[in-house]
Amino acid sequence: MGSLFRSEEMALCQLFLQSEAAYACVSELGELGLVQFRDLNPDVNAFQRKFVSEVRRCDEMERKLRYLEKEIKKDGIPMLDTGENPEAPQPREMIDLEATFEKLENELREVNHNAEALKRNFLELTELKHILRKTQVFFDEQEGGLHPTESMTRALISDDSIARQVNAGPVQLGFVAGVILRERIPAFERMLWRACRGNVFLRQAEIETPLEDPSTGDQVHKSVFIIFFQGDQLKSRVRKICEGFRATLYPCPEAPSQRREMAMGVMTRIEDLNTVLGQTQDHRHRVLVAAAKNIKNWFIKVVKIKAIYHTLNLFNLDVTQKCLIAECWVPLLDIETIQLALRRGTERSGSSVPPILNRMDTFEDPPTYNRTNKFTSAFQNLVDAYGIASYREINPTPYTIISFPFLFAVMFGDLGHGCLMFLFAGFLVLREKPLAAKKTDNEVWNIFFAGRYIILLMGLFSMYTGFIYNDIFSKSLNLFGSHWHTNYNVSTVMSNKDLQINPSLSSDYDQVPYPVGLDPVWQLALNKIVFLNAYKMKISIIIGVLHMLSGVSLSLYNYRYFKDRLSIYCDFIPQVIFLVFLFFYMVLLMFIKWVSYGPQNEFADSPACAPSILITFINMVLFKDAVALENCNTVYMFSGQGAVQKFLVIVALLCVPIMLLAKPIYIMRQQKEKHVQLVNGHATTENGDAEGAGRVVQQPPPPPAGGHDENEIGELFIHQGIHTIEYVLGSVSHTASYLRLWALSLAHAQLSEVLWSMVMTKGLILNSWIGGVWLWFVFGFWAILTVGILVLMEGLSAFLHTLRLHWVEFQSKFYKGLGYAFAPFSFEVILNTASTAVEE
Amino acid sequence: MKFCGPKLSLCGIIISIWGIIQLVMMGFFYYIRSVALIEDLNISEEHKFTDPQDFYSTADKMYSLNAYNCWIAACLYIFTLVVSGHQFYMNNRNTMSL
Repeated sequence: MGSLFRSEEMALCQLFLQSEAAYACVSELGELGLVQFRDLNPDVNAFQRKFVSEVRRCDEMERKLRYLEKEIKKDGIPMLDTGENPEAPQPREMIDLEATFEKLENELREVNHNAEALKRNFLELTELKHILRKTQVFFDEQEGGLHPTESMTRALISDDSIARQVNAGPVQLGFVAGVILRERIPAFERMLWRACRGNVFLRQAEIETPLEDPSTGDQVHKSVFIIFFQGDQLKSRVRKICEGFRATLYPCPEAPSQRREMAMGVMTRIEDLNTVLGQTQDHRHRVLVAAAKNIKNWFIKVVKIKAIYHTLNLFNLDVTQKCLIAECWVPLLDIETIQLALRRGTERSGSSVPPILNRMDTFEDPPTYNRTNKFTSAFQNLVDAYGIASYREINPTPYTIISFPFLFAVMFGDLGHGCLMFLFAGFLVLREKPLAAKKTDNEVWNIFFAGRYIILLMGLFSMYTGFIYNDIFSKSLNLFGSHWHTNYNVSTVMSNKDLQINPSLSSDYDQVPYPVGLDPVWQLALNKIVFLNAYKMKISIIIGVLHMLSGVSLSLYNYRYFKDRLSIYCDFIPQVIFLVFLFFYMVLLMFIKWVSYGPQNEFADSPACAPSILITFINMVLFKDAVALENCNTVYMFSGQGAVQKFLVIVALLCVPIMLLAKPIYIMRQQKEKHVQLVNGHATTENGDAEGAGRVVQQPPPPPAGGHDENEIGELFIHQGIHTIEYVLGSVSHTASYLRLWALSLAHAQLSEVLWSMVMTKGLILNSWIGGVWLWFVFGFWAILTVGILVLMEGLSAFLHTLRLHWVEFQSKFYKGLGYAFAPFSFEVILNTASTAVEE
Repeated sequence: MKFCGPKLSLCGIIISIWGIIQLVMMGFFYYIRSVALIEDLNISEEHKFTDPQDFYSTADKMYSLNAYNCWIAACLYIFTLVVSGHQFYMNNRNTMSL
């Protein structure tokens, strides 16, 4: 199998497929997901390709399925997801599928149409029912056994005007009744008043129960109204206003007996309609339930067919129209598997001619394909997020798997918090399969789930560093017994607030360090932070320099693999010398300081005389002589240090011009020589012309000519200059950048200590058993803050800083990241993207 | 009877388990007079002790008190665990039947 250290070797292959077998073969390759097809007709419009009609048919089927799905979701019917993966159906099955979907869609549309018509009918009848009921009230109010309009007339028009109009005959008041949306009533009323100059009389009553709008299915509130008016002109005006306000008018008979009859008729019709509606709904439900069983399966099938035809569209047609030609990128190791799949496809289609897979030579850069598994893929994603590795470049992932959680843990070191993280990730890992099957669209959850192995390792490593820092929720564990003792007598202890313990006395300190990690006595010491800072800063620089050195060393493997000897001599060696002579030397100084200065030594070798590493380093680079402290003999840690340091700095600085100039100058010289040779060759032989031309063509890339040449050299100088400046300045700033390991670790430790003393301690202030209840409450609060602030927020910040250290400080030393990812034709990927697209 | 949602009950279960483990252990450490936890004793900094015996007896008293308080809280968390476990079960059963 392929290794994680470099991307897979890829080959460009030509594939000849018989027309009949092409479909089955591509389907097999899609199941395999190891082949990336290239578009052989990039200049052909999407509508002019060979299998457009098939793709279109698939689109149509997809549309129908989506319609079905929408209807199923509307009814809240659960869709059966068996998780099975049906094979892509044969092309002839497509017709069956199409017919099925067509039938289903038509049936459903018809049912929906009928249901809508029925519902509209139902709505009208209900509205009419309400009108009859409400208007009855209006009429009843004035009912004196008289003719209703007459009574209204009496009510509305004063007696004297009736008297005046006696000659002209009785006044006939007309009326219209209807239903309108409740929110339109005020505007409607005002409009009526203004347009008819107050000559109409409007009564309205609210319908209490909301009605269902048949087209949208929304619940709407409506009101019944009745308008009285006189004369035809007003009547037409009123009708127009009603129309404008989308009020529905219903005929309402004038006579009470007719109204009663009509009401009876409406009631019976409503009842009939109800039964019919129920049957329609049942029918619709049955159709949908039957469809819901298969819909996921159908979706997969259609998506697969469509993907196959899309792929076939990328192929070239042979002149004879008998075979299709495809070009594809294939991992070399999988050629056997692919050939097997192709043979299966041919057998399935019943074709006699086997497909031909031909390797082609190409100068193009192949895609980068890193074979990953569920453990490594998360780490690979972290690296790929920065840039896909160039083809066959060293892949930083295997190193990242260890260094990433480790650097994270240096910043996040706490046994308790690490344990929480570890347990959470452990749960995700153990319940991997059921959780993966759930497929939520909760983005945060998906991020955690995808990174479960990273979190697991981060938690594990944090537990380790927490153990070394001896921090568990900011408290220390005294596992092996502190190696420090107090020997003060009672009176001293009683009269002094702070006391010192002398490490040079065997009675105070055992002279042997605590076996593992930090001595727990430091938790009670006032100078804990001072001590930890010195320790953690040194540790960060040591880790940082080693990390960067390993990055630079990896570039050696790149150069060797690509047979770039020039870069080894002109880039790698000076780079290593620069880094080792300056920064690794500083690391060595730290170890020397740790080893050679101790409290029991002579005064000159005691910690009081130990020089500061930082000052020593600055003086070394500036060639400055520092002054020794009082009573200390020297500022140096070993004899001859001054001379050694001068030598190191001078050599390191000499490396800079080598990095800057050696490579471009060498290339320039080489090109000049070649140029001379070429010119000489032309001059000597007559037929050299043809030969020379041939040679030039054979050697990619052809040596560029005159003016162009100088341009390129100039570019080379600039490029090398940028590269060198970046490296030299980077070494300084990157080394300093690793101090973030110390800074974040300090911040984390302090924050957890603050949280404990500000919250948890407050839970222990009550002097009775009530304290237990109070502690119960305070602990919950503390636990939530611990998870929210320390584990989640601090964890995120430490994660981001670790990511930066890897992307910038580590990968800049060797990683180009100029490749493009291998995107194989795979049903799995297509189906996944399709399902997420649907959910969005 | 159901009065918490599925998330709250799950949260309750997790905090309860955590609380039981940590509080029992803290109680144990107070009981064995762990020096690391001395800062959490309810003895004010200004308090002046006349003789060591006085200090020892006060500290001893506070240590036991804190130990018992931790254990009381742990017991309350057992109760919380039972309640939220019951709620979680009720919630899950409801979703099962749906």
